[in-house]
Amino acid sequence: MSSTESGAEGGRASGPSPVGPSPAGPSAADRRAATLRRLKRIGGVILSLVLTLLGLLLVTFIIGRVMPIDPVLKVVGDRATQAQYDAAYLAMGLDKPLYVQLIGYIGDVLQGDFGKSISTGQLVINDIKRVFPATVELATLGTLIGVLVGVPLGVIAAARRGGWVDQVARVVALVGYSMPIFWLGLMGLLIFYGILGWVGGPGRQDIIYSGMVPNVTGLLMVDSLIAGDWGAFKDAFSHIILPASLLGYFSLAYISRMTRSFMLEQLSAEYITTARVKGLSERAVIWRHAFRNISIPLITVIALSFGSLLEGSVLTEIIFSWPGLGQYVTKALLAGDMNAVLGGTVVIGTCFVGLNLLSDLLYRVLDPRSK
Amino acid sequence: MSDVQFQSRRDWLLTDAPQTRRQARLGAIYQGWLTFRANKLAMFGLVILIILIVMAVFAPWLAPYSPFSQNLADRLQPPSAAHWLGTDHLGRDILSRLIHGSRITLFIVGTVALIAPVIGLFIGTVAGFAGGWVDQVLMRITDIFLAFPKLVLALAFVAALGAGIGNAVLALAITAWPPYARLARAETLTIRNADFIAAARLQGAGPMRLLIGHIWPLCVSSLIVRVALDMAGIILSAAGLGFLGLGAQPPMPEWGAMISDGRTYILDFWWVAAMPGLAIFIVSLAFNLLGDGLRDVLDPKGAKE
Repeated sequence: MSSTESGAEGGRASGPSPVGPSPAGPSAADRRAATLRRLKRIGGVILSLVLTLLGLLLVTFIIGRVMPIDPVLKVVGDRATQAQYDAAYLAMGLDKPLYVQLIGYIGDVLQGDFGKSISTGQLVINDIKRVFPATVELATLGTLIGVLVGVPLGVIAAARRGGWVDQVARVVALVGYSMPIFWLGLMGLLIFYGILGWVGGPGRQDIIYSGMVPNVTGLLMVDSLIAGDWGAFKDAFSHIILPASLLGYFSLAYISRMTRSFMLEQLSAEYITTARVKGLSERAVIWRHAFRNISIPLITVIALSFGSLLEGSVLTEIIFSWPGLGQYVTKALLAGDMNAVLGGTVVIGTCFVGLNLLSDLLYRVLDPRSK
Repeated sequence: MSDVQFQSRRDWLLTDAPQTRRQARLGAIYQGWLTFRANKLAMFGLVILIILIVMAVFAPWLAPYSPFSQNLADRLQPPSAAHWLGTDHLGRDILSRLIHGSRITLFIVGTVALIAPVIGLFIGTVAGFAGGWVDQVLMRITDIFLAFPKLVLALAFVAALGAGIGNAVLALAITAWPPYARLARAETLTIRNADFIAAARLQGAGPMRLLIGHIWPLCVSSLIVRVALDMAGIILSAAGLGFLGLGAQPPMPEWGAMISDGRTYILDFWWVAAMPGLAIFIVSLAFNLLGDGLRDVLDPKGAKE
């Protein structure tokens, strides 16, 4: 959220910035002071990241321990004797004061220990390692589709404001903001899988291919390419294309709107008029001058949209039986498996925060004015 | 009464020289309405919402069947004259369930849209008005909540509290307030040092009075715009919770849960899942259009074009 705003401001503020070295180089002292300032700013960002992550852990801790749900009963079951119950109670450290429990929890999480999942019997961290690549693969392809379609759509909509592309982009975004993603997924399955048979059904691959490709990265399409198994690649592609396009649609709704408004700001700037007066072609004005100036705020937008796809994939994964983090968390949730739910929440939350930070830092590093 | 004779009520409302404060206020509202009415899409959204409200109020009289009565002989019937939108896996009339479900949708959206902005207004204005460490602490908390992925946080809350409409509303409100707090704080910062606040303070108004009597009213219009724009998102999140079985429990005709019912039959009996989804889409589209129109009226500066 905050980065979107800063991105928007950055877009608004960036005036004419024809790149070129300034004639007089700054002195060494100046440069050192500037570096120090930059380090300080980055330090501030990192501090706020640490605070946010601690807040995240605090919230999940409160949800897990203080909410009216008995964690002991979840472990020992309803029919445990009082002695068993008490033993488990002590073993889980629930007799200690809350702040000690909180510190213990934070320590555990920092070591990657989220406890054991009750439904799978595995350590939550191992479960997450197993399912996370599927989610990353889906969200990455979704973002890729969103960028490849959304950015040109937004640029053209801004360049030919009020034209038919602009109208189409508007409708596409409006529908994207109003459509329940899980419903669109179901309809997509019905049409492209059930009726037309163009794509693979739910899941990541057909049963005959499962386990055929050695697991290297966990990204099925990459793994099958590494193994050189063309059939497995095609199969994986036919399964991922529908859910990825779905996520891509929602991502492109957002990206195209942001691109359009960034472009409109640039196109009304004076340096654009200058470029036009100089007689540059419209294509050069739009792509070489205006687009280059929005590319930095756009990176922020894309990073944010990737983060929201990690989250948005929860419902999509359910619809497509996609064995990723979203499905893992939801299944755990329905089974009352709080360790798994909270572990998943922490991981998704951390990725989210991390992406925010990354886009913030990229913005600072790439923007020539911040040097 | 007034010295000037007006040709019609319209002239009375649109006059440049209102005689009373009431006339001026009504005139401003009328001006806003004229702007809003000129926006055809926003009017379309408004009409849909009025239909939705009428549907919710008169649901028992409008629905052709009971939303709960099962008739297994007629299960999974396609749309027909007897059942306009078909029947579900228990032979219940989908149209009747949609009509009754509009009550649940309105209830959830209405409650969240009431709770979240109030929390946000309170936290944001207190932070902005008090400044100092209070501001720091409150805004840090807001940032932490903003940094969370919303749906996942709501899921975790509902998982801990237990499934149900009340808890779903609570979870959605808990995840929805931070942007309002940001907005209210920003508004407060701009008016905190205004002359009229200083004047009120000189008259002896305490901080509570300044906050409630002078600052809150000025924050409301931008909050309303934000709420109107957020309504669609709230509907979609609520439907998502319902779809996952964490919102209204069966046999309640919640739209998201109805889609989930139809999921198993999607390939052969598409209408069971398609109809409630269409309803969600139409309503959230209406809210989006209405929100855009309201923004043009209440917050002309924030309008994109």
